[in-house]
Amino acid sequence: MTEALLSTQALVKRFGGLLATDNVSIEVRPGEIHALIGPNGAGKTTLVGQLTGNLAPDSGTIRFAGRDVTRLPTHARVRLGLARSFQITSVLREFTALDNVALAVQAHRGHSFRFLADARADTGLREAARDGLAAVGLGARADTLASALSHGEQRQLEIAMALAGDPRMLLLDEPMAGMGADESQRMVELLRGLKGRRAMLLIEHDMDAVFALADRITVLVYGRATASGTPAEIRAHAEVRQAYLGEEAP
Amino acid sequence: MDYIFIQILNGVQLGLLMFLLAAGLTLTFGIMDLVNLAHGSLYMMGAYLAWTFIGWTDSFVLGALLSLPATFLLGVAVEAVVMRRLYARDHLDQVLATFGLILFFNELVRAVWGPAGKSIAVPAFLGQTVEILPGIPYPAYRFAIIVAGGVVALLLAWLVARTRMGMVIRAGASNRRMIGALGVDIELLFSLVFGLGAVFAGLAGVMAAPIASVKIGMGDDILILAFVIIVIGGIGSIKGAFVAAMMVGQIDIFGRTFLPDLLKTFLSPAAASGAAPALSQMLIYIVMAGVLVWRPTGLFGQRQ
Amino acid sequence: MIAPVIAALRTPRGLVALAVLVLFAVLPLLTQAFDQRYLLSIGTRIVIWSIAAVSLNMILGYGGMVSFGHAAFFGIGGYAVGILSASGVSDGWVQWPVAILAAAAWAALIGALSLRTRGVYFIMITLAFAQLVYYVGASLEAYGGDDGLNIGRSRFSGLIDLRDKASFYWLCLVLLLATLWFCSRLAVSRFGFVLRGAKANDQRMSALGFPVFWYRLTAFVIAGAFGGLAGVLLANEGAYVSPAMMSWVKSGDLIVIVVLGGMGTLLGPVYGAIAFFTLEESLKPLMDLVHKGWGEYWQIVFGPMLVLVALYAKGGISSLLGRRHD
Repeated sequence: MTEALLSTQALVKRFGGLLATDNVSIEVRPGEIHALIGPNGAGKTTLVGQLTGNLAPDSGTIRFAGRDVTRLPTHARVRLGLARSFQITSVLREFTALDNVALAVQAHRGHSFRFLADARADTGLREAARDGLAAVGLGARADTLASALSHGEQRQLEIAMALAGDPRMLLLDEPMAGMGADESQRMVELLRGLKGRRAMLLIEHDMDAVFALADRITVLVYGRATASGTPAEIRAHAEVRQAYLGEEAP
Repeated sequence: MDYIFIQILNGVQLGLLMFLLAAGLTLTFGIMDLVNLAHGSLYMMGAYLAWTFIGWTDSFVLGALLSLPATFLLGVAVEAVVMRRLYARDHLDQVLATFGLILFFNELVRAVWGPAGKSIAVPAFLGQTVEILPGIPYPAYRFAIIVAGGVVALLLAWLVARTRMGMVIRAGASNRRMIGALGVDIELLFSLVFGLGAVFAGLAGVMAAPIASVKIGMGDDILILAFVIIVIGGIGSIKGAFVAAMMVGQIDIFGRTFLPDLLKTFLSPAAASGAAPALSQMLIYIVMAGVLVWRPTGLFGQRQ
Repeated sequence: MIAPVIAALRTPRGLVALAVLVLFAVLPLLTQAFDQRYLLSIGTRIVIWSIAAVSLNMILGYGGMVSFGHAAFFGIGGYAVGILSASGVSDGWVQWPVAILAAAAWAALIGALSLRTRGVYFIMITLAFAQLVYYVGASLEAYGGDDGLNIGRSRFSGLIDLRDKASFYWLCLVLLLATLWFCSRLAVSRFGFVLRGAKANDQRMSALGFPVFWYRLTAFVIAGAFGGLAGVLLANEGAYVSPAMMSWVKSGDLIVIVVLGGMGTLLGPVYGAIAFFTLEESLKPLMDLVHKGWGEYWQIVFGPMLVLVALYAKGGISSLLGRRHD
């Protein structure tokens, strides 16, 4: 077994009396797609928040790429190669698609305490950003304002921004949220194309997408990881069917 | 010892006045998410209206009592004309619009009442001193402020803690979307809360008038102090406003009365008495900075 | 290089910008020709306030930080000149850098504390820190306390005589142009993109790997330094400094100017300053025209105008000039 790229050990997070993350230990191995599923309120967003550094866990540790990152701020984790996309689309709406990706590239190339040179004339940034846009199928929309992109395109742009730093791992928080069937299918293809090269932690409600993409699945219910295994194992898991897939236990 | 006791009482009296001003501000902040710089204008209007009514009725009590419904109506009118349009706006719009209102009210007062300040005499029946503890006399008027301020503070605590309107207010202050879910007429509630805040501000203005002077811009500096209080206390928290107001009252009095003596130990007397008032003001802002560094959302504010 | 400039001049935006620049450039000649010295002093104030407004716009317009304490930098820049001048240091080559560094240092200190907070708390803490500076100024009995301090104007080894109104105006104008040039570069630089991105969505920027706090703090310090420069100029304009130059109303006026002109646009703050002072100077006679004696109370009209701007004209003057080309 290869060593995990990202792992949590006995992670706990409370909000007042509510145990939002209850002793969660998960692992994501290099190159695999690990899906995190669970009903609304299961604590998926809270868990993601702790992985990205937006929330501090009450106890437990998070390791990434062989380092303890539990106390690192968001931007430092990103620099180690842990990129994310957001559940609610959060591209920079007043910037063009190209500017959005260029900004993401900029975060990983040199420092940005440069005050006088025109960033739009920086061919290194622009070329890398164009390549990034092309890679997610938005090559033709480079000069469109992000706010004018369709919802599906904005989600693609999100992925392009997350990929810009050539991260070792992507945290994808419901990348298919609010998408139509066609758009979802395109996103599945896009993610499948990335598979093997980058590890992904996929949080998603669309079960077709999850079972089509994931190498392993962890089920989260009331903050606890109740089951973990291959898609086939999870499908067969009685507790999961009952708790999540909404079926009565046989 | 007596001197220290009296100064502490003065601090309580100032704190209560500040609490009256801060209470309305923290409620409009917490519930409507409104930065109202013009709250100090209502304080000023309360004092000027009282001055006029006292002139008509020749009675401090009657004049003061008349000024309260007047500031309430003024508050409701301001809410209906301007504030209502600002709730959904960002804080910058609110700052800009209410800054405009301050200019308007200051100039209005200058046009109506003239540029010179007014004075309201301490009512005759409160002109003496009372012996609050054996052998310690205290000005009756200041004592009356403590009593009245204390009663209003208790009333407010009761209103917020025990009544249905209070429940809605508390729910709204911690989670604005809750109000709609409770089936309350939001427009009416906001009008009432704003009017109530105006009355408290006006009352503070009236009560302060005999010991401070009634002048243009009197609400502006004290408004900043009220902001400091609600920021220290945590926006939306009545309890926080009360605790912070008491703190600020004591700090201010400490700075005014004890700092000069303290400074004289290493400054010339003239320099010490010159620097002390400013230093006491600075002390308050330093405390606020300290609190915010320690707790970025105030002592009793909602943690993010 | 030339072609895009000419293209820009064909738009209403470009034409207005050109007209304003030309007007600024010839103002001393006009006021001399028509013997209206008073207008030149208004023009000088407009130019100085424009520098301060452009600097506030760097953090407010581009960075989304609603700082309600920008006038403190007026005060620090001004008092640094005043105190040095009172101590016998009248050399501008010393005074000005010291003043600007002092403002930048203060910005670094309060920025580091204030930027830990968000939203209303940020507005209020910047206001409170500005009040702190105000009271420090008022407590400086050795330097005039509340009444302020008359100072000698800075000397630049005989290079320029700041007592000459026209020379001083030219100097201010050159400094405004330099500030605008810097701001225009800043807006499209790597740094500027991060700053604007953080205004739109700071979580997103952290998730891209930017330590947003440090960018905001840097912007705050830069804005503070330019604010300090404006303070230096104000002190030299009136040969006088007082706590009044950093009262919170001045901070409010600066916000008004930036919003009135158009936030996050290069020339918006300049238009805002022109509009602000023109309104101030013209509302009085206009209202007197309507009814003798009303002019004194011009703010009764001006106040509600601000309310209307906040409610209905958020884009400011700049948005009236058509789409932006940046």
